[in-house]
Amino acid sequence: MGTVTRVNGPLVEVEGLTGAAMFELVALGPHRLPGEIIALRGDRATIQAYEYTGGLAPGDPARRGGSPLSARLGPHLLGGVFDGLLRPLGGAGMWLDPAAPPPARAARAGRSWPFRPLVEEGRTVARGTPIGSVDSGSSPPYLVLSPGGAVSRIREPGPCPSGDPVAVVGGVQVTLGREQPVRRALPYDVRHEEPVPLTTGQRVIDLLLPVSRGGTVAVPGGFGTGKTVLLQQIAKWCDADVVVYVGCGERGNEMADVVAELGRLTDPRTGGRLADRTVVIANTSNMPMMAREASIYTGVTVAEHFRDMGYDTVVIADSTSRWAEALRELGSRSGALPAEEGYPADLASALAAFYERAGRVTTLGGATGSVTIIGAVSPPGGDMTEPVTAHTQRFVRSLWTLDRDLAYARHYPAVSWAGSFARDAGAMTAAVPGAAQRRGRVSGLLAEADRLTALAELLGAGTLPAHERIVLLAGRLIREGFLQQSALSPRDSFCRPERTTLIADALLAVVDRCQTLVENQVPVAWIEQQDFSPILRAKEAPEEEIAARRDTVLDALERSR
Amino acid sequence: MTVWAPVEYTDVAELRGPLVMVRGTRGVGWDEYASIELETGERRHGLVLEADHDLAVVQVFEGTAGIRAEGTRVTFAGRPMRIPVGPGWLGRVCDGGGRPLDGGPPVAGAADAAVNGFPLNPTLREPPSEPVLTGISAIDLLTTLVRGQKIAVFSAAGLPHLKLAAQIAAQAGAGGEPFTVVFAAIGLTHADAATVRDRLEERSAAGELTLLLNLADDPVIERILTPRLALTIAEHLAFTVGRHVLAVLADMTSYCEALREVSAARGEIPARRAYPGYLYSDLASLYERCGRVRGRPGSLTVLPVLSMPAGDITHPVPDLTGYITEGQILLTRNVSAYPHIDPLSSLSRMMRAGAGPGRTRPEHVDLAAQIIAALSRARQARELAELVGESALSAVDRRHLALAEAFEHRLLAQRGDELRSLGETFDRAWDVVSMLPRRELTMLSSEALDAGYREER
Ligand SMILES: Nc1ncnc2c1ncn2[C@@H]1O[C@H](COP(=O)(O)OP(=O)(O)OP(=O)(O)O)[C@@H](O)[C@H]1O
Ligand SMILES: [Mg+2]
Repeated sequence: MGTVTRVNGPLVEVEGLTGAAMFELVALGPHRLPGEIIALRGDRATIQAYEYTGGLAPGDPARRGGSPLSARLGPHLLGGVFDGLLRPLGGAGMWLDPAAPPPARAARAGRSWPFRPLVEEGRTVARGTPIGSVDSGSSPPYLVLSPGGAVSRIREPGPCPSGDPVAVVGGVQVTLGREQPVRRALPYDVRHEEPVPLTTGQRVIDLLLPVSRGGTVAVPGGFGTGKTVLLQQIAKWCDADVVVYVGCGERGNEMADVVAELGRLTDPRTGGRLADRTVVIANTSNMPMMAREASIYTGVTVAEHFRDMGYDTVVIADSTSRWAEALRELGSRSGALPAEEGYPADLASALAAFYERAGRVTTLGGATGSVTIIGAVSPPGGDMTEPVTAHTQRFVRSLWTLDRDLAYARHYPAVSWAGSFARDAGAMTAAVPGAAQRRGRVSGLLAEADRLTALAELLGAGTLPAHERIVLLAGRLIREGFLQQSALSPRDSFCRPERTTLIADALLAVVDRCQTLVENQVPVAWIEQQDFSPILRAKEAPEEEIAARRDTVLDALERSR
Repeated sequence: MTVWAPVEYTDVAELRGPLVMVRGTRGVGWDEYASIELETGERRHGLVLEADHDLAVVQVFEGTAGIRAEGTRVTFAGRPMRIPVGPGWLGRVCDGGGRPLDGGPPVAGAADAAVNGFPLNPTLREPPSEPVLTGISAIDLLTTLVRGQKIAVFSAAGLPHLKLAAQIAAQAGAGGEPFTVVFAAIGLTHADAATVRDRLEERSAAGELTLLLNLADDPVIERILTPRLALTIAEHLAFTVGRHVLAVLADMTSYCEALREVSAARGEIPARRAYPGYLYSDLASLYERCGRVRGRPGSLTVLPVLSMPAGDITHPVPDLTGYITEGQILLTRNVSAYPHIDPLSSLSRMMRAGAGPGRTRPEHVDLAAQIIAALSRARQARELAELVGESALSAVDRRHLALAEAFEHRLLAQRGDELRSLGETFDRAWDVVSMLPRRELTMLSSEALDAGYREER
């Protein structure tokens, strides 16, 4: 037992913690506020507290916890809402007062789950192989994995409380739920490098800036550019098995909204509620700052846990900038020498290590699973050269930059086609016939239209040759008819990949016809005045109508001959 | 139950800026409330910013001017700062520290609450879903305020944001349900404060207003306290008493400057423009106190008002505010008529939840989107006209320019004492969109057009 000597907000110094280890948990003061040791000198420890420290005083007791910062994993995660330390928020009080005892925990632990054994007694089961499952029907089955060894006991099928033993394997007792340290990655067998696409249902992403299972994406954008809406869209519609949504230092109303919506929406793949495949970690901006720092790690740990069951998982972190700010805050309070803009010198390596936990792997048990990480970045003043944005770009495979001008023009999602990249796009499109060519044409037309727009602004569009004016027209058709996708539209909120292809091809066919016509001396001004709305609104139409809409426009164009 | 620690400390080791360093303290906790008694008998108040062994660093709200190392006595409350809460605040005018300015007795309450509040459990938040109507056309139509949201007013020096804030505070309502305003004036000039006070006179007399006034010549550090008092009072009225409450915090730039002053005095490592690195979290701890609670009747809507230094929206105060609030109402000199709202740069992110069928008008969201789209096209047309001359514009582009003109005169321009009903606002909005040929109005349904479009144009 040690003694608190200094309290400066979330930074607490303690003396007399003999034998304590780095990153060990400590219970501070009479309310046993959780904290984690982040520096040790002799028996003096510097601690980051995960709760509001008001009233904590020098002289108060500090007790060693004996274990590193850990999260409670188990079948209760899917469909639940948790704080940054993965403590359930459902059932906690209206005001989150650290001095009030957490009532929810006991209730949760007492809940029973329908356990089913998958192996027989006496068998030897390799580490990471499922020995039992909990299948509630709506969520993906929760698998209990073997620690490796001979199964000397296994529980009969039937209800099982989370904390009860379900098996003894290699002399080790196995329970449904367990505590897992969060700062170290869970082990796997091998990492796969060949990219397999994750479908997001957002056209601009799936066609131009695809993300792979196990990939990493950063989404930088100033306030109001649409980071949260885009991330929520992906959380709802991507074809992953499990989604971990980490609200890291963002808004309470948004969390309430996403939870309500996930509860309402049906998963198109399973027919269950989307909430049942989702774990929500809600550490809003007014909740303690250091738990925000931890929430990123608890989120990835949960994802790795489900990856080890052979699932494709996606971690969504909104916003990683708030996490970095928590690092900076603690660094500054502990007097660490700051680097750029007050951020600690290890900011870059912390970011790299976080994104490195993504990947598509063969698990220890031989299954294939993945962790994809998609993190929002909130650059101060929209400045893309600031440290968090600049460093993050170095470590991710895809960058979806959101553009303020597009957002102000209500072009949503405001993903900048010029300022974004997807390093695995080439490898992923190579596998699908025609995909690389389609992507090349669409992005080529957009880039060419941008160049010509700049030119036209200087010289006037009238001075451009006919075929270039068609490129300008093509740019508009692609932006309005393809890239823009309203999250609020009941039909267009999500777009199947087949439909994405259909719309892109229909637009390209129209552009091709326009080019042919001007080559045959049809006046370009006449073409520009045609009614393109059938094809521009094809995205709101039923899929089987898209070809007909294309033909309507093509026929109208044909009449000029 | 206020139990004052009996111990009085007299060893003032250092005085720096707004800080008093007290030596020899025992068991004094972080963020504890402190009372400082000067030799003269004057009593000031503060909070513990750091507790290091036997040293307590206290931030004094009233400032340290006149405090001497000798003869000063400091006591600690043994807990964070609390204030009385309840309907007793209604109809009162107090200073930025909650002391009466209206000649009345000190405000008492049946209950008390911590000024920092506690985070509201996100799983118990009820998503906002009904409007707060302000009687200001540009706001009600295009950036509808929604009960339980937070939305900022961004302005620049010389623009009448206080007049607008006072107008909103005076006129806002929740469709006939009891409505309450808590107005925190932070660092206002006497003239501005007098204007606000006059404008809100009626609301105050009706017992629907609490006014907290921290003036430009009041202690700077008290500005850190003023919004917290306002929000603590407002939170209780909303979630315990069950009223719809609007908290107006103006000017948050003055608040942030006070925060920066304390940070500098403590020698903290600054982030952008010398503001402390925790500015985002600090502002969030204020703005996030808005909301609705599941199963409870009231709501708290928070409206921070701030002037952007040098009109720069990337300055940390507007920037970080924008990252926290659910939208902004931007005032600009480019719009010549009061209330100077720039419709294209303003956005209420929750609007969809508070506007539309059963809340305002069935066509509301589409009509607003149509006007924004048309104004955006008009802006492009104007830019083009500057290059090639207006005569080179197409007929449709010229109609859009006419619409933008009509928008500004017919809809946006409004007197500071003019309360427009929703009906009148929609009347004017239909006049404006009817400047365009009907076939251009692609965002409105044909039913809406049949009912609202004015053919005679
Ligand atoms: N895909 C979309 N479809 C329709 N509207 C959108 C879309 N994306 C963004 N918007 C609009 O933009 C607003 C702001 O988006 P969002 O909240 O995602 O911004 P943000 O980048 O997360 O901002 P902040 O950094 O402040 O959190 C939304 O409330 C919505 O009105
Ligand atoms: Mg956001």
